[in-house]
Amino acid sequence: MSNLTTAAYLISSVLFILSLRGLSHPSTARRGNFLGILGMTIAIVTTLANPGVLSYKEIGIAFLIGGLIGTSIAVRIQMTALPQLVAAFHSLVGLAAVFVAASAYYNPSAFNIGVVGAIPMGSLIEMSIGTAIGAVTFTGSIIAFGKLQGFVSGNPLVFKGQHFLNLLLGLGIIALIVKFCIDQNQELFWLIVAASFVIGVLLIVPIGGADMPVIVSMLNSYSGWAAAGIGFTLSNNLLIITGALVGSSGAILSYIMCKGMNRSFLNVLLGGFGGEQAASADGVKDDRQAKQGNASDAAFMMKNSKTIIIVPGYGMAVAQAQHALREMGDLLKAAGAEVRYAIHPVAGRMPGHMNVLLAEANVPYDEVLELDEINRDFSETDVAFVIGANDVTNPAAKTDKTSAIYGMPILDVENAGQVFFVKRGMASGYAGVQNELFFRDNTLMLFGDAKKVCEDIIKGLEN
Amino acid sequence: MSEISNQLENLSYKAQQIANEASQLASSVVDTSGGHSDFIIFGITVLVLACFVGYYVVWSVTPALHSPLMGVTNAISSVIIVGALLAAGPIDSTISKYFGLVAVGLAAVNIFGGFVVTNRMLSMFKKK
Repeated sequence: MSNLTTAAYLISSVLFILSLRGLSHPSTARRGNFLGILGMTIAIVTTLANPGVLSYKEIGIAFLIGGLIGTSIAVRIQMTALPQLVAAFHSLVGLAAVFVAASAYYNPSAFNIGVVGAIPMGSLIEMSIGTAIGAVTFTGSIIAFGKLQGFVSGNPLVFKGQHFLNLLLGLGIIALIVKFCIDQNQELFWLIVAASFVIGVLLIVPIGGADMPVIVSMLNSYSGWAAAGIGFTLSNNLLIITGALVGSSGAILSYIMCKGMNRSFLNVLLGGFGGEQAASADGVKDDRQAKQGNASDAAFMMKNSKTIIIVPGYGMAVAQAQHALREMGDLLKAAGAEVRYAIHPVAGRMPGHMNVLLAEANVPYDEVLELDEINRDFSETDVAFVIGANDVTNPAAKTDKTSAIYGMPILDVENAGQVFFVKRGMASGYAGVQNELFFRDNTLMLFGDAKKVCEDIIKGLEN
Repeated sequence: MSEISNQLENLSYKAQQIANEASQLASSVVDTSGGHSDFIIFGITVLVLACFVGYYVVWSVTPALHSPLMGVTNAISSVIIVGALLAAGPIDSTISKYFGLVAVGLAAVNIFGGFVVTNRMLSMFKKK
């Protein structure tokens, strides 16, 4: 590698770091994204100038096809479908890593790592680890995509001996890698790929739909480590630095999500939690009656309140209610109320999902607050309007030590003067825990589709 | 006596020869792998330092922008395209080249998809 190339790659690395740095505030974020694009352009142009890269025509065609597909998907995708889009994209990084490693194995001289059959040990280790991580990322992300998109049931798939099987497969992959590093045999290479594909599937199937935010972040992290692994094979610092940035970013997001649920990472990975219908199955039957209200009651009460906090959850995303919700908020603001939004760290199916949906509906970002910023204000708030969220408001997390969600940080909506719950029915949340709030005196249930309820309230407000 | 000294001379000649061969072998080993094993230590140094940079940079990202963060990291993890381009580079048609071309295509989907979708998300974030 010439000094010029190394310098160009260094500039790319710095631009990538600055790109992430830009995301520290919405006002600098778009510039951050632009710096990322600039860094990527420099990296690609620098590599194309490498004397070993000659087949410009074929590369151009492959790049163009990929670019067109990527752009057309990204332009059309609905914002509610972001989590599955991101999962699908992660799978591509994983697969690309497998292909690059395979290519390095069949033609090592293109990467300056010896010749076929005589690749140095160090490169073989890096190559096989990069391949394994890439392959796990590929199939794992596909399963996550399937669960989020609804192709695969969101329920956790658990069977006896599951963890033992995974352990066995994991050890098998390590054994294969050791043998591959000694023999350099091509069957072994593909066996590593195949076994990693299988373990990628097995690792994700036991994990329920509600835990997907953690999984999507974890796979984000994996795709970074796969890139770093290939960076070692190529002796390329740009790939190592970028891989480490992405890897640590995904790891931190997983950590934040786990903390938002008061679960350990291991507990999430072992799975079996948070299926789509986990609740009704073993939920304790409750004879108590919750107070039920209708949209015009809610409209009347909210019209006469000074402060309102809206708590959106995944249900809002499913019903595509964000636009109607914002319209409702605008009318309330016009009527003189202060309207703000409270976001729980694990609301939605990917980190920050609710913020994007509200931004899409033109809610200004300074009205959208995080749990730590707004939680104290509930006690001075007239109305808490919970739409499509449940577990994240359940006070049992603070008081009931036996509860599945004990210790999870929650939004203290019960401190508000009046609480509205927009829900489709009385079913409990993903954790399968009954929400005590439904039966409180100051709670009114608004049953129905989230979007429909918002529209009805809007009608009520306009009258 | 002369026989012994002859044998001795012979032996020392052989020893010299073995030493020569050994040093040649050693230097060829250095040529093929020595340079690389140096890179492993260097690479790990870079990796560890970059993890620290990543740690501090990512904690400074505001939670409201965690979805765009995933979009950007997804796009930049496709920097793996550097490897794909090197693999697809040679003029002759080999299996390795085709693997490289597929990887170029996959990475390109991600690069364009990731940056475009992030830009779409960020363009929606507006102040009051």
